[in-house]
Amino acid sequence: MPSTNFIIWTMIFCGLATWLSRILPFVLLKKFTLPPKVVEFLGFVPITIMAALWFENLFHQQIGHLPQVDLPNLLASIPTVITAILTKKLLLIVIVGIISLGLVRLII
Amino acid sequence: MDSSLSVRTAVKDTLPTVFGYIGIGISFGIVAAASGLSVLMATLMSLIVYAGSAQFILVSLLVIGTPIVSIVLSVFLVNSRMILMSMTTATFFKKNTMLENILIGSLITDESFALSMNKLNYTDGELSFKWFNTVNVLAYLVWAASTFLGAMLGKVITNPEQLGLDFALVAMFIGLLYLQLISDKSISLKVQLLVILIMLPLVYFGLVFISSDLLILIVTLVGCAIGVVLKHAID
Repeated sequence: MPSTNFIIWTMIFCGLATWLSRILPFVLLKKFTLPPKVVEFLGFVPITIMAALWFENLFHQQIGHLPQVDLPNLLASIPTVITAILTKKLLLIVIVGIISLGLVRLII
Repeated sequence: MDSSLSVRTAVKDTLPTVFGYIGIGISFGIVAAASGLSVLMATLMSLIVYAGSAQFILVSLLVIGTPIVSIVLSVFLVNSRMILMSMTTATFFKKNTMLENILIGSLITDESFALSMNKLNYTDGELSFKWFNTVNVLAYLVWAASTFLGAMLGKVITNPEQLGLDFALVAMFIGLLYLQLISDKSISLKVQLLVILIMLPLVYFGLVFISSDLLILIVTLVGCAIGVVLKHAID
């Protein structure tokens, strides 16, 4: 591990990079209005980003090869999706998800 | 979830997402401590960088002695999907002051973004500074506290997978995705389902070529473009 000094400077610059990614769109869009085409495009961000974050967790990456299926996460997703459809309650969905993965790991 | 945008409701709305922050925050603390970061440094990293998965990468790059420029660039790229989320959210805060916009932007996360997009379906397309800021600040504090706790635990536990809490975040995305799907009336259910289905092969085959963290941003952009095309073709 590098020196504390190096770590602090790295954190400051990384923090600046992540902060600017977050606030610049807010600052710029306060002044400018997005064209309708872009607004329509951004309307798909919620479902695409959430689907991507979910699906990415169903595989193990090996660059240059087809990814391997993460069986425990895939199996745990099934009761989680069913809970979502049946209850529509986020807290319940999350709790069922955690318990499902726990059970799957216990069995496999 | 309901139409209220009060602080009280914000606390209630955030509760289910807190498990995700706790699970990943503790895992991050453990990994950071196991990699040789002090409890103070691990917690500071969560307070200053505040970037979820990018923080795991930051630690792994520090361990192998990567130059500062490469680290900052990697963290920026992994976190650049925030630009898309901030752009989408900013359109709902145009009437708010610049300071309020900067405050919302400073603490926005994948989770608070997803939650707010869901909230829109209950509030007739309105978001309030009070509601969003409460969700953000709660998340920020829980994230820092979980990192602190994890870093302390890190001296004892070395394998964060044992906790099983890592699925909390995935479960939350599944839940929010489903709730978004059934409540977003601006795009037809058919088009939304098709776009989600297309995301699966995009992610699967994308993983062959592109590092998984960067892939999220790329498949999101491709998915949105496909969505726009399908919307015009079908609706």
